[in-house]
Amino acid sequence: MIINHPLLGPRDLSEFVYLGDACLMNRPDWQADDALEQFIDYGYTRDNRAGLHRELWYHEQGDRSWLVVTRNTVTHEITQVELARDVARAEGRSK
Amino acid sequence: MRYSGFRVIKEALTGHRGWGPAWRDPEPKSDYDFVIIGGGGHGLATAYYLAKEFKQSRIAVLEKGWIGGGNVGRNTTIVRSNYMLDGNEPFYEFSLKLWEGLEQELNYNAMMSQRGIINLMHSDAQRDAYIRRGNAMILNGADAELLSQKQVLEKYPFLNVQNARFPVMGGLLQARAGTARHDAVAWGYARAADQRGVDIIQNCEVTGFRIENGKVLGVETSRGFIGAKKVGACVAGSSSKVMAYAGMRLPIESHVLQAFVSEGLKPVLPGVITFGAGHFYVSQSDKGGLVFGGNIDGYNSYASRGNLPMVEDVMEEAIAMFPMMGRARLLRSWGGIMDMSMDGSPIIDKTHIDGLYFNGGWCYGGFKATPASGFVYAHLLATDTPHKTATEFRLDRFHTGHMIDEKGMGNQPNLH
Ligand SMILES: Cc1cc2nc3c(=O)[nH]c(=O)nc-3n(C[C@H](O)[C@H](O)[C@H](O)COP(=O)(O)OP(=O)(O)OC[C@H]3O[C@@H](n4cnc5c(N)ncnc54)[C@H](O)[C@@H]3O)c2cc1C
Repeated sequence: MIINHPLLGPRDLSEFVYLGDACLMNRPDWQADDALEQFIDYGYTRDNRAGLHRELWYHEQGDRSWLVVTRNTVTHEITQVELARDVARAEGRSK
Repeated sequence: MRYSGFRVIKEALTGHRGWGPAWRDPEPKSDYDFVIIGGGGHGLATAYYLAKEFKQSRIAVLEKGWIGGGNVGRNTTIVRSNYMLDGNEPFYEFSLKLWEGLEQELNYNAMMSQRGIINLMHSDAQRDAYIRRGNAMILNGADAELLSQKQVLEKYPFLNVQNARFPVMGGLLQARAGTARHDAVAWGYARAADQRGVDIIQNCEVTGFRIENGKVLGVETSRGFIGAKKVGACVAGSSSKVMAYAGMRLPIESHVLQAFVSEGLKPVLPGVITFGAGHFYVSQSDKGGLVFGGNIDGYNSYASRGNLPMVEDVMEEAIAMFPMMGRARLLRSWGGIMDMSMDGSPIIDKTHIDGLYFNGGWCYGGFKATPASGFVYAHLLATDTPHKTATEFRLDRFHTGHMIDEKGMGNQPNLH
């Protein structure tokens, strides 16, 4: 698998470390009334889809950036690679 | 038909015309008391023990492909009970005891071979951890023995014990552990279940559940609706997919694990051996191939094939341990989809839907669990109470905090 890094171009899988579903970027609000339920969900349950999956990869052996990779879990085809920073900013966070 | 030495001789003399199929190929009935989804080792074992131990009838196993085509036919066949935690060890030891009588029980040669497993240790800390684990095993009625470097070398004289970075200081031996012929386990359970009236229905994919007022009424399948009083899902790597039909999200990620086999060699490895400084395990099949594997690839996957970095990693571990393996040619490699749970331990429990049960989260250790998983799942399905060795495999443990995290890795499924 080759990940097409938005800044560095195509890089080999072995340079990256996988974290998991990109939903991990959306940490629940700890002050919410149902914060406990939300955190259990955040920590432990996953959609685990067969098909398109948005997921977090860390370029550990490279520029140490976090990426949001959209990949098909059935074919391993990667269709989109974004900097996690850009994704968060687009959602109005991490200004 | 009972299989026996006498039968083999008789058939040999009469041109092998009397064998006949080992199980029927029935049409699905309109409804059953128990529908088991998934004709892997666990599903078939569950059906068998439901009929045999719990005297239930009207049981069907629904398999989307052919039985034994999933992980039960893809694994590296290691059977052991060398766990540490209270939630796990009694269950796996129960399983090993069932393995010990399995072939007589099923009247089927599963080639169960108790050739022993040695986990190599490479540091003082690891020795302490192994001693602790060995003691936990002994407390739970399993066998464990700490071997010195010399004792390990007596069994495996060609091991590279002097590796500068990972010297072999000794190992933890479980002599009763070993390997079994994986397909034969599926076929043996299938045949024995069929003989007790279980309908094994292949090419029948479950595509949904019919649930009314919080109670399951049956399953939608590629061969039409099949009614059921109780439905037990047992689909390993497809767990999240199937339970999503019931609106459930699971504490599971699906990952690919690869396995490898070399060309056939003369006997070199008397038992199973694992590298303690990485993740590598190897044994030699009765055909002579070295069967080995390492870690999962590490990213969510439903593709039954992996990538090359893990292939390289596994080969490096092999050569670090046994330099002589560098001379053997690799014959085949393949992948299977693992149901990696959030704490590395399985789930065998009721769901919040009446009559719907779930068994999964086996990570890459579910083959050894096959007999016990079937037994305790049948216990749960038949009696609605957990078997005494499976009380901790609860679905809600991620809510209550009663994790069974053998490796202490936390909620990172690709590290278990
Ligand atoms: C490479 C590899 C090495 C392994 N090594 C070991 C080892 O050394 N020791 C060990 O203990 N374990 C090992 N395992 C793990 C072990 O194989 C699994 O944990 C275990 O086989 C899972 O249970 P099962 O046999 O029921 O799964 P499976 O055989 O996968 O059965 C699940 C079945 O469900 C069916 N199914 C899925 N969806 C549907 C549907 N919608 N409708 C109907 N049917 C469906 C599938 O087709 C499949 O046949 C290994 C696994 C792999 C892949």
